[in-house]
Amino acid sequence: MHIPFCRSKCPYCDFYSLRADDSTKEQYVNVLKNRITAEMSKIPCKADTLYIGGGTPSVLGAENLGKIVKSALPFLTSDAEITVECNPFGLSEDFFKTLAFYGVNRISMGLQSANDGERRALGRLSDSETVKKAVKNAQKSGIENISLDVMLGIPCQTEKSLAGTLDFCVSLGVPHISAYILKLEEGTVFYNKQASLSLPDDDAVADLYLQACETLEKNGIMQYEISNFAKSGYESRHNLKYWNCEEYLGLGPAAHSFLNGKRFYFERDLNAFLNNAKPIQDGDGGDFTEYAMLRLRLTDGLLNSEAEKRFGHKIPDEMIKKSAVFADNGLMEISETGIRLTRKGFLISNSILAEIL
Amino acid sequence: MSKKEFIRNFSIIAHIDHGKSTLADRLLELTETVAKRDMQEQLLDNMDLERERGITIKAHAVKLDYKALDGNTYNLNLIDTPGHVDFNYEVSRSLAACEGAVLIVDASQGVEAQTLANTYLALDHDLELVPVINKIDLPAADPERVAKEVEDIIGLDCSEAPKVSAKTGENVEKVLESIVKLVPPPENNDDKPLRALVFDSVYDSYKGVIVYVRVVDGQIKAGDTMRMMATGAEFTVVEVGYMRPTFMEKTDVLSSGEVGYITASIKTVGDARVGDTVTTAENPAAEALPGYRKVNPMVFCGVYPADGADYEALREALEKLQLNDAALSFEPETSGALGFGFRCGFLGLLHLEIIQERLEREYNLDLVTTVPSVIYKIHLTNGEMVEIDNPSHYPDPATIDYAEEPTVEAHIYAPPSYVGQIMDLCQDRRGVYIGMTYLDADRVDLHYKLPLNEIIYDFFDALKSRTRGYASFDYELADYQRSSLVKLDVLLNGDTIDALSFIIHSDKAYGRARKIAEKLKDNIPRQMFEIPVQIAVGSKVIARETVKAMRKDVLAKCYGGDITRKKKLLEKQKEGKKRMRQFGTVEVPQEAFMAVLKLDDE
Repeated sequence: MHIPFCRSKCPYCDFYSLRADDSTKEQYVNVLKNRITAEMSKIPCKADTLYIGGGTPSVLGAENLGKIVKSALPFLTSDAEITVECNPFGLSEDFFKTLAFYGVNRISMGLQSANDGERRALGRLSDSETVKKAVKNAQKSGIENISLDVMLGIPCQTEKSLAGTLDFCVSLGVPHISAYILKLEEGTVFYNKQASLSLPDDDAVADLYLQACETLEKNGIMQYEISNFAKSGYESRHNLKYWNCEEYLGLGPAAHSFLNGKRFYFERDLNAFLNNAKPIQDGDGGDFTEYAMLRLRLTDGLLNSEAEKRFGHKIPDEMIKKSAVFADNGLMEISETGIRLTRKGFLISNSILAEIL
Repeated sequence: MSKKEFIRNFSIIAHIDHGKSTLADRLLELTETVAKRDMQEQLLDNMDLERERGITIKAHAVKLDYKALDGNTYNLNLIDTPGHVDFNYEVSRSLAACEGAVLIVDASQGVEAQTLANTYLALDHDLELVPVINKIDLPAADPERVAKEVEDIIGLDCSEAPKVSAKTGENVEKVLESIVKLVPPPENNDDKPLRALVFDSVYDSYKGVIVYVRVVDGQIKAGDTMRMMATGAEFTVVEVGYMRPTFMEKTDVLSSGEVGYITASIKTVGDARVGDTVTTAENPAAEALPGYRKVNPMVFCGVYPADGADYEALREALEKLQLNDAALSFEPETSGALGFGFRCGFLGLLHLEIIQERLEREYNLDLVTTVPSVIYKIHLTNGEMVEIDNPSHYPDPATIDYAEEPTVEAHIYAPPSYVGQIMDLCQDRRGVYIGMTYLDADRVDLHYKLPLNEIIYDFFDALKSRTRGYASFDYELADYQRSSLVKLDVLLNGDTIDALSFIIHSDKAYGRARKIAEKLKDNIPRQMFEIPVQIAVGSKVIARETVKAMRKDVLAKCYGGDITRKKKLLEKQKEGKKRMRQFGTVEVPQEAFMAVLKLDDE
């Protein structure tokens, strides 16, 4: 579920979000609830994950979020993973208790950096102490499955400042970290003033990435996808849907879906969604190339057994042949069970995928 | 048919940029052969390329009617000549068609290398020279000094020489009077068997080859069976006539002393080669006119389409160009690095550049050319000799007894203050000093013997930059001489890139190898893994650089399930790959490849 509201726009972000008054938010929650009921009723099976992302879902307040979850509960399995993305600013123990009451069992929070100078450069409105408080409050409320977002390759970031950020995460005891390399998206503030940002160069970013991977794994938070790390058993069930090329329904403006073999999305227009917008078709999904592209983002890689189950054939010889040169250079690993990218391979995965797919 | 005493056949000879084409235009204007409104700048230079470069590539001829001060109307045949050393042979054939030549000398620059070279060529053909001092409108013009220079250096009386400005038209009519007065009329040999000298031939899609001739003996008319004396090929003459600047004027018969054209449904210019003699099958001449030789290409390089799909288009374009250019040769070749292309032979580097530019401009082809090569004679230990113009055919060094390379005799004309720099350059290019002559106080003639492969890339540019443009240069082919040659191979990630191999003198191998390695390192974008760049002689690597591995190219975000966005980026990345050239496992962008080939530009 996409919640397209934020208190303010971060300078690096190109997701769809707006500032809105309380009545608009109220209206949106109602439309979304109705849409959930309407669309989910058409689907014959239950979902085992619910993800409320954004934007900043927490700006709706715990009660509103609770209403959304409640409307979805009839369509969810009893053990479903239910995640809400939060901006840590001013989140009390009560806020989390309310979410937990409605069934929310996973929180994802944008830390980005524990260095307050770096946070300011990213346009974050709060300091790292605020994040710490929010995490503790969530933990006290009984939600211990917490994920923190960390950004790599941000302005002025150094090995030392990153070490500080990673220590911060580890010391809070959160079981999941998403560590994203900053990408300058066209149309963002960062994109337009990139020359003046003192961004680390590609080599430095690669080193920061490797540092993050190594530090987290040393602390038992293992890499399972290009940008995702978790203690055993805490891998995000929802995000794995994407990487396993499984189906999902996305509701809200700019939300994407993959259902019954078709990809479709809602346009980036709140009013259209409020007025019962129809989704825009985005072609067929789920062919082998797409599947391979997504699976190769995982540390498990592309497996013969899985490919056989899903497509009735193993990884094509051609693809394995093309992978050999990368294996020789330490960028991939080829085995009886399948092929996968190494950490160095992940760093240049675009080039490798363009080559082997 | 005009009476012989009223015919004047002449060429205009000059150093490059001394105003040959401009003067020709003025002569056309003055004789009202071309109405002013039809006048395009430099009408004789038909091709765009010629007009842009200010050089005449192929000879053309034109018939002018001039009413002289003596009241008679003269038939002036102006035979234009190509203005570059690559086309020396064609120049000599044009001159052989004339009785006289107008020698233009720039009133500010004076006698230059090609002034002298062309003068000697004209004198070889016993031509009467008509000196003309041009560009008197220039602020730096010093016609008196230049006239004296011509008298001193060439020994030509300049007391009557017209001092003109072809640009403004000043005094140009005096040139016409001098031609009438000084150039002798042709002999009347109408009774002899036909002998007509082919001084140019041009392919025309309607008429077939148009053969430009100077009739020396006899007569030719439509219906005659013409015979090419060098090849024995025979054709039925369809039409004869005169070349006017804007049209072809058909006539009944061309007779001795006249300049005109013949058409006979000839399919390629190779059947009517410059320098050949036309006679008739009915009454053949006993002997051909002297001086015919088949021009052979001197400089070779591989020409490949940048996009392999254009191979057929390239073949068609080369075939079309060859229709009009008997000196261009090509045959298919395959390169592991560049795919399918052609090995092309050219008269010289200018010829190469012209062909390359015409292919790109007129046929809209995107090309990759390999390093130009000359013909090396490789003597093998088994006593055989092989001629090699393609480095990939270079024999195993173990089987080579010795090698020979072609040389040229070069004359460089420059002010004495640049002698030091020029000698350094020639030394650097393995030149052997032969002599130095002071032409006058301001000009010396440096005479060197140089290996041809040292001057085919960039010698002229290097000379110009070292002498701030003051030096001029002319050369002719000399003999083959023994030389210590090696073949350099370029290896990317251990794979030999055949298209980058070349043959070089062993003394220069190290320096060149280092330069190439650096250039490749700088121009190959970082790849997915480290790429060693090695330059080797045989199995011995003599220079090495490394293209560092790319470290970061990843889409970190998940975009909330927007998989299409990822797919689109993947497609875009694949598109980008297509613009690269695959060398084994290494992708090299077109620009990097060109940068290596143009190594000498810096």
